[in-house]
Amino acid sequence: MTPIALIAIMIGVPAVLLLAYVFIRGSAGLRHYILTRIALTLPMVFILATLVFFVMRILPGDPVRSALGPKGSPELIQQIREQLGLNDPMIVQYARFLGDMVTLDFGNSLIGGHRPIVDEMSERFPATLELVIPASILALLLGIWGGTFAASRRKRTADYLWRIYSVVIYSLPIFWLGLIMQLVFGIQFGWLPISGRIDPIIGTTIEHITNLYAVDALITGNWAALGSVLQHLILPTVTLGLILSGVFVRMTRINVIETLQADYIAAARARGIRERVLVYGHALKNAMIPVITLIGLQVAILLAGAVLTETVFSWPGMGRYLVERISSRDYTAVQSVITVFALLVALISLAVDVIYSLVDPRVRY
Amino acid sequence: MPADILYSVRNLTVEYKTRAGVVRAVDNVSLDIRRGEILGLVGESGCGKSTLGKALMRLHTGPASIAGGELWFDGRDLMKLSEREMPDVRGAEIGMVFQDPMTSLNPVQRILDHLTETIQTHEPEISDAAARARSEELVERLGIRRERLNEYPHQMSGGMRQRVMISLALALRAKLVIADEPTTSLDVIVEAKFLDLLKELQKEFGLTILLITHNIGVVAEVADRVAVMYAAKMAEVGDVNEVFADPKHPYTQGLLKSVPNIRLEEAELYKMEGAPPNLLHPPAGCRFNPRCPFVMEVCRTQEPAFAPVVGDHYASCLLYQEAGMKQERLHG
Ligand SMILES: Nc1ncnc2c1ncn2[C@@H]1O[C@H](COP(=O)(O)OP(=O)(O)OP(=O)(O)O)[C@@H](O)[C@H]1O
Ligand SMILES: [Mg+2]
Repeated sequence: MTPIALIAIMIGVPAVLLLAYVFIRGSAGLRHYILTRIALTLPMVFILATLVFFVMRILPGDPVRSALGPKGSPELIQQIREQLGLNDPMIVQYARFLGDMVTLDFGNSLIGGHRPIVDEMSERFPATLELVIPASILALLLGIWGGTFAASRRKRTADYLWRIYSVVIYSLPIFWLGLIMQLVFGIQFGWLPISGRIDPIIGTTIEHITNLYAVDALITGNWAALGSVLQHLILPTVTLGLILSGVFVRMTRINVIETLQADYIAAARARGIRERVLVYGHALKNAMIPVITLIGLQVAILLAGAVLTETVFSWPGMGRYLVERISSRDYTAVQSVITVFALLVALISLAVDVIYSLVDPRVRY
Repeated sequence: MPADILYSVRNLTVEYKTRAGVVRAVDNVSLDIRRGEILGLVGESGCGKSTLGKALMRLHTGPASIAGGELWFDGRDLMKLSEREMPDVRGAEIGMVFQDPMTSLNPVQRILDHLTETIQTHEPEISDAAARARSEELVERLGIRRERLNEYPHQMSGGMRQRVMISLALALRAKLVIADEPTTSLDVIVEAKFLDLLKELQKEFGLTILLITHNIGVVAEVADRVAVMYAAKMAEVGDVNEVFADPKHPYTQGLLKSVPNIRLEEAELYKMEGAPPNLLHPPAGCRFNPRCPFVMEVCRTQEPAFAPVVGDHYASCLLYQEAGMKQERLHG
């Protein structure tokens, strides 16, 4: 089985389980809502992909010229363009592109060895997942805990410190924070590697099963590789996670403060429920409802952050792939990456909505 | 403290610190709540009823603080307890029912969890099953079917929720329940049923209830005694029949006259002159003097004592006190 298929299973199975659960337990309204959302997602992705298709072709430059460089003679360029089908009428190219999309084939790269995009993504997509999953977990844990703690210490020192943290971290460019991390922990102290996913020599020992290196190393018991992978993960994950945590601190703090003023908190206090339980039990659970919505909205920002983080840390994921292929005008690669990103954003925000409806008993679609 | 007094409030003052200055929402108030009675606490909006009710459980946070006084509950002064000890009293010995049952229950918590959480907070040794059994028994006694415990608050009607609030206040067999306008948001039929329930509980459990309301009719219906507040002060306290038949304080007289269909049979509805004072700058002397039809010169300078007029019937009015008796009335 190819790594990409495994990844698809890893994402798909929980998604299907979640949907199945909702379809069995949820109301008719919720089922209808989800079907509508799925039905709306497809045209949205289609429109986006179409847009990217044409924008890429309007941009000056073309894949063959940029691959051959100044050496390429006009005859050679024309010959390769012909082979790649780039000289076909736009409408034919577009039809071919749509055909590829529908079969989830994505076609071949226009540069280098003209490898299938699916193969190229099966190496890079897991790399991005391996970065964004721990980064999101870090951002959520830090943001939710920090925001709640700040809210419980409202107008005291801890609150002000957390508020300063959230504003500063929110306004920092990822590039800058990444460079500082590299300088301090990579170069000054020499504690952590500053680029790549794994030590190149240890990397040759890894078995490519899911291409999530941490998972592969773990299931094959390759502890040396696991150690190296985790070391390489720290700086990019922390950079991305910290940047994303700022907005979660702010949102959680505001919502917990607001919830703490609700009547039912006063009523629970009047029943002798301890302050700690009021904050971390009652208030936080209610405050999470709007924060969950925010998570859905942050997925796109997370992916944009991943593009930057991957660039700074030479992380061979989808983001860096996208940047490289935009500059070499690899139309098929760019279209495919963007389509995958769009599908991902749509899928996750749908999942978030479903979770939302499960957390909040009042939601009825 | 006499044995028949459950809660004795002595010289309680509660202040709100605001931008404009300090608001004394409860000013040197003393009040006794007797065991097993329903005491109605009435007064116009903003006179400090809720502030007083919350202070009885030391529930104030934020800008509010208890500036002085003693809170003798069942033999001990709650003011002497630490912040850490207060939660043991709240919910277990004194229960509270709030005005709006729609917002007083946690929207993401099942009704059952409200109850078991409250029970297990105070009695951690109780098993989940036992807490559940106790909750079921309790709510059935209050007229809620036990299956409904699995519902969320939004699935219940206002009247049902207010019963849930009562069951929460009683979950630990509290001796005193403070109910702050518990029926304001209910329609009249549901309100009548709820008041009947309160009376039943009073009889059945020997429950003591402080019923805060601005509805004189409700007090007439269920209360044994009534306390009338005006502008952060206690104006009059006494047996409900006595006070309604023979109100001493001119404010109480006005209040009763302005209620339709109560024992005083007035041809047309009376409307009291003026409005309650701003508590940032209360008038000197008696607080009611700018609105009082019987105002005397001394009322503008001297504050009346809160003293017995006849027997257990107290009023803070100079008409019945030595300083006032010497004075001639200005009008009237
Ligand atoms: N959070 C607050 N901050 C500042 N002042 C307050 C606050 N809450 C109440 N007050 C002041 O305290 C006074 C008494 O308020 P309280 O809520 O106790 O009145 P009440 O008698 O319960 O009125 P109502 O019938 O409207 O419930 C009000 O006049 C108000 O000015
Ligand atoms: Mg009130």
